[in-house]
Amino acid sequence: MAAFDQELDATGLNCPLPILRAKKTLSGMEAGQVLRIVATDPGSVKDFEAFSKQTGNELLESGEEAGKFVFLLKKA
Amino acid sequence: MSDEKKLAIIATKGTLDWGYPPFILASTAAALGYETQVFFTFYGLQLVRKKLDLKVSPLGNPGMPMPMGMDKWFPVLGTALPGMESVMSSMMKKKMRDKGVASLQELRDLCFEAEVKMIACQMTVDLFDFNPADFVDGLEFGGAATFFEFAGESDICLFI
Repeated sequence: MAAFDQELDATGLNCPLPILRAKKTLSGMEAGQVLRIVATDPGSVKDFEAFSKQTGNELLESGEEAGKFVFLLKKA
Repeated sequence: MSDEKKLAIIATKGTLDWGYPPFILASTAAALGYETQVFFTFYGLQLVRKKLDLKVSPLGNPGMPMPMGMDKWFPVLGTALPGMESVMSSMMKKKMRDKGVASLQELRDLCFEAEVKMIACQMTVDLFDFNPADFVDGLEFGGAATFFEFAGESDICLFI
């Protein structure tokens, strides 16, 4: 598991909350820092890809761990 | 500022279910970096009242899934029974909480936090004798021309 600076628990949250919470957390972080997000919403897989593409925050990793979706976003 | 994408939404419906699309899209667009404006007109004004008390109605809505197979044994007219709307609204709210869907209040707060600009249709406020004090703080009042000032420059414009 790659290193990260902050973690966001978005489990149990449904669209669009994981994205909104991630955006909010990122805005309090420094450029280059990495945010780890754990979510249970299956829609979040495509949504974080789309979020990354549109905001320029790089999606370093997108995977599944113990039935949960885990993402690593690097703040632009 | 000028290279920022813009989303303009007209919100015209005032039920619990139809309150979601404008707030979900506006808050998400804002998170993606869009400059966003929502113009609330007619029944859409219910979405910007200080006290959000929206209901969902099964009446005239055959697409609405009913819990416990109620749609099978309830005649269509049954959905018009007094109290039915409240019952269905409570069930819907509970289901949303159980599924981790944000409340409308929460989404609206997130919109304000993300600086989504919200405009209430002045004409509708006058038409229904609404009291401007009953609406949320931060709301602006304007007319169709006000909407077009922003909508004319927008990349996406939705009527909901």
